[in-house]
Amino acid sequence: MEITRAKLGAPAVEGGGEEFRIQQQRARDMLRGDLTDAELEAYVEERVLTTTLDKVTAWAQGNSMFPATFGLACCAIEMMSLPGARLDIGRFGFEAFRASPRQADMLILSGRVSIKMAPIVRRIYDQMLEPRWAISMGACCSSMGVFNNYAIVPADKFMPIDVHVPGCPPRPEALAHAILKLRSKVQGNPPRGWRERYEAIGTEEVVGAADRPGVNAINVFQSGETQGA
Amino acid sequence: MPDATGLELIAQGLRDRNPDAVLDTLHFRGEATISVAPAHVREVLLALREQGYSFLASLHGVDYYPEEPRLSVHWQLLDMSAVDRICVKVRLPLDDAHVDSVVDIWPGANHPEREVYDMFGIVFDGHPDLRRILMPEDYEGYPQRRDFPVGGEPVIFTYNEDKIPGWTQ
Repeated sequence: MEITRAKLGAPAVEGGGEEFRIQQQRARDMLRGDLTDAELEAYVEERVLTTTLDKVTAWAQGNSMFPATFGLACCAIEMMSLPGARLDIGRFGFEAFRASPRQADMLILSGRVSIKMAPIVRRIYDQMLEPRWAISMGACCSSMGVFNNYAIVPADKFMPIDVHVPGCPPRPEALAHAILKLRSKVQGNPPRGWRERYEAIGTEEVVGAADRPGVNAINVFQSGETQGA
Repeated sequence: MPDATGLELIAQGLRDRNPDAVLDTLHFRGEATISVAPAHVREVLLALREQGYSFLASLHGVDYYPEEPRLSVHWQLLDMSAVDRICVKVRLPLDDAHVDSVVDIWPGANHPEREVYDMFGIVFDGHPDLRRILMPEDYEGYPQRRDFPVGGEPVIFTYNEDKIPGWTQ
């Protein structure tokens, strides 16, 4: 077997090094002001990355979200470990918990929301500046969990929620996952999860073909078969 | 706890003061309980307080549905020098759920009485500020009564979301 040795950093493609030297020379010419018209046009087309302003703002928003300092119940204990050393949500720019809703972008509903607390939560959400997002953490404020009784109200009843995290309470890793989901949602490319992998777009759970014609559903509950949990 | 004999002695002492006050006594699993007529609760509690049961450890409501009279208030009294406890019970009918407040005897009864009012709808006459304490002020009904529906809301999933009335509002 023949072994060829190459110099470290040598071009993989034949003649690539030559091209790189040409590029360097053209950059030097551009800085001197020697490039004109068509040459300059070509140079700019090669070098400048264009994007839309929406994408740039979404990128910035998604990478530095400030959550409001707002704990409701035991889920808040799990939430508190998130900016700590072990999970260090600061890696993604979420570590700055803001004590004022005016400075916060994201509200993490960490715990159960009682009927008496719901107007306060809604007011805090209303005080946050647009754009704003909300994560409903844990079973209680997603579907009332074990407290499905007279005192608790699900968060979807009184405010829009972007991401629901199941669990009682969810592990901090689950909340970190939800935060990353929210980030990809903000940045405009939400992954479809397993549906994409299994080519199952459009097979969401629905009640029945009679109720929603046109939906090609696989996992269908027939009407009346399943009671509300 | 007073033993069974001690409980009877206490009850007899109360009966000597007012023959209508004590309805029944019960000594069950080491716990001494005196059932009292609703009209004489206050004087019984005052008498027990003079005897040394000077600390109101707990005040709570019970709903004995379907027994009648349904509602009940329990006062757990503690004698702190003898480390001795006694329970005073009163049974109240639903249509006349009134009992005397003991806030002026034990100021600490203020919030427990409000809570019992909030959860069971038992009115404490003479309470300085009888409002709801846990539930919102405009809440209707008394949620700890046995005939109050348990499940507040059906849980919304994708398969039943359009079956649940008014969830979009």
